[in-house]
Amino acid sequence: MYNFDFVKPASVEDAVAALSGDEAQPLSGGMTLLPSMKQRLNAPATLVSLTGIDALKGVCRDGDMLVIGAATPHAVVARDAAADYPALAELAGQIGDPMVRNRGTIGGSLANNDPSACYPAAALASGATIVTDKREIAAEEFFQGMFATALDEGEIITSVKFPIPQKAAYAKFAQPASRFALTGAFVAQYADGARVAITGASENGVFRWSEAETALSSNFSADALNGLAASADQMIGDLHGTPEYRAHLVGVMTRRAVGAAH
Amino acid sequence: MTKVTLTVNGRSMSGQAEGRTLLSSFLREELGLTGTHVGCDTSQCGACVVHVDGQAVKSCTVLAQDVEGANVTTIEGMANADGSLNTLQQAFQDHHGLQCGFCTPGMVMAASSLLAENPKPTEAEVRHYLEGNICRCTGYHNIVKAVMAASGQDVSDTVAAE
Ligand SMILES: Cc1cc2nc3c(=O)[nH]c(=O)nc-3n(C[C@H](O)[C@H](O)[C@H](O)COP(=O)(O)OP(=O)(O)OC[C@H]3O[C@@H](n4cnc5c(N)ncnc54)[C@H](O)[C@@H]3O)c2cc1C
Ligand code: FES
Ligand code: FES
Repeated sequence: MYNFDFVKPASVEDAVAALSGDEAQPLSGGMTLLPSMKQRLNAPATLVSLTGIDALKGVCRDGDMLVIGAATPHAVVARDAAADYPALAELAGQIGDPMVRNRGTIGGSLANNDPSACYPAAALASGATIVTDKREIAAEEFFQGMFATALDEGEIITSVKFPIPQKAAYAKFAQPASRFALTGAFVAQYADGARVAITGASENGVFRWSEAETALSSNFSADALNGLAASADQMIGDLHGTPEYRAHLVGVMTRRAVGAAH
Repeated sequence: MTKVTLTVNGRSMSGQAEGRTLLSSFLREELGLTGTHVGCDTSQCGACVVHVDGQAVKSCTVLAQDVEGANVTTIEGMANADGSLNTLQQAFQDHHGLQCGFCTPGMVMAASSLLAENPKPTEAEVRHYLEGNICRCTGYHNIVKAVMAASGQDVSDTVAAE
């Protein structure tokens, strides 16, 4: 990887100031950014580590919301969200392997918006709010297609607010080599209806499966999905699966998630 | 270059690191601790696993400067005080948990984290926890057996090629 300057501020203000420099980029767990820099796909002049900022870490309950600091590692979410939002904790506990979960963070995962990542499905299905140093962004507006988000240059995620559902579950069909989702479905039931978000399947990244949401909002059971099929149009096709295969998995994983919801 | 100081296996050690210096390179090239292996360098294989402040991490995907001041344990710090192999290491030897040995430092570091969190894991829990550690030789069976044995569980009826 090309060399760069490394800085490790202790506050959000100092991080934002450091990021205003030319070609500066935030570094959180590094589990995605460092491999892409090794491949020279990315060559920032300065890396601003967020791992020394205590204000960006931790899981806390605020009324009917669960608020998670952007630099909170997956392993901590798996442990500390378990009582308040078990489906979210279980999702975090299935990301990669233990070493990836000890370093990788929710903020890094959302900012990266990999089309096969797990957290974007939870954020979209929960109607989460992405809080940055400048504003609050609804998950709906935040995800803007594969690897694209509403974040401006130099803007950092500080926390994510998840409305806690009545019940929810994440069902992931793991791609066995990468352990990312070949297709994953996050289903959440709220007082005003059900939400379903699908990751791993679409060329446009994470999306809501609205037909399934309508069906589940009137009857939250796997049977309600009988006869519903996602279209293979714009689904990802690669050596791991055709668009038709992924479209089929959308239905299978959504049913599994509904069955597992608790 | 920036000076980085770590407590490695209980001893304070310093060296020079660029921004891009990985913890794995820092341990191997600056501190001369070559027990930490680099297999893939792409965060996949787990040969480079060390503990940073008590947690298992892939040292090929951590910047040395990012862990300034941390407490690091490497495979060199795993033996008993008298230099003999610790229980887990001895179990790898007794149960043929290694062949070429390349993956072994990472396997031992990951497995010791598992046993710290879960002192009596089931076989399925061992396999699941070691998902991020790749071994090209053993077929995993005897690694799992070694970890089960090190946790004090009876492995006498596990069928394995010995
Ligand atoms: C072997 C392996 C298996 C994996 N398996 C899975 C899996 O099953 N499911 C899954 O979802 N993911 C998986 N991942 C990815 C992992 O979850 C990453 O941790 C995550 O995608 C990125 O988080 P990070 O904290 O490491 O971010 P980094 O790599 O540090 O950063 C990623 C990007 O986000 C930016 N960024 C980081 N933090 C912020 C912030 N607070 N505000 C704005 N921008 C920011 C960075 O500049 C960079 O562009 C896997 C990774 C590996 C190596
Ligand atoms: S060398 Fe670090 S994971 Fe393979
Ligand atoms: S013993 Fe050779 S790679 Fe595991």
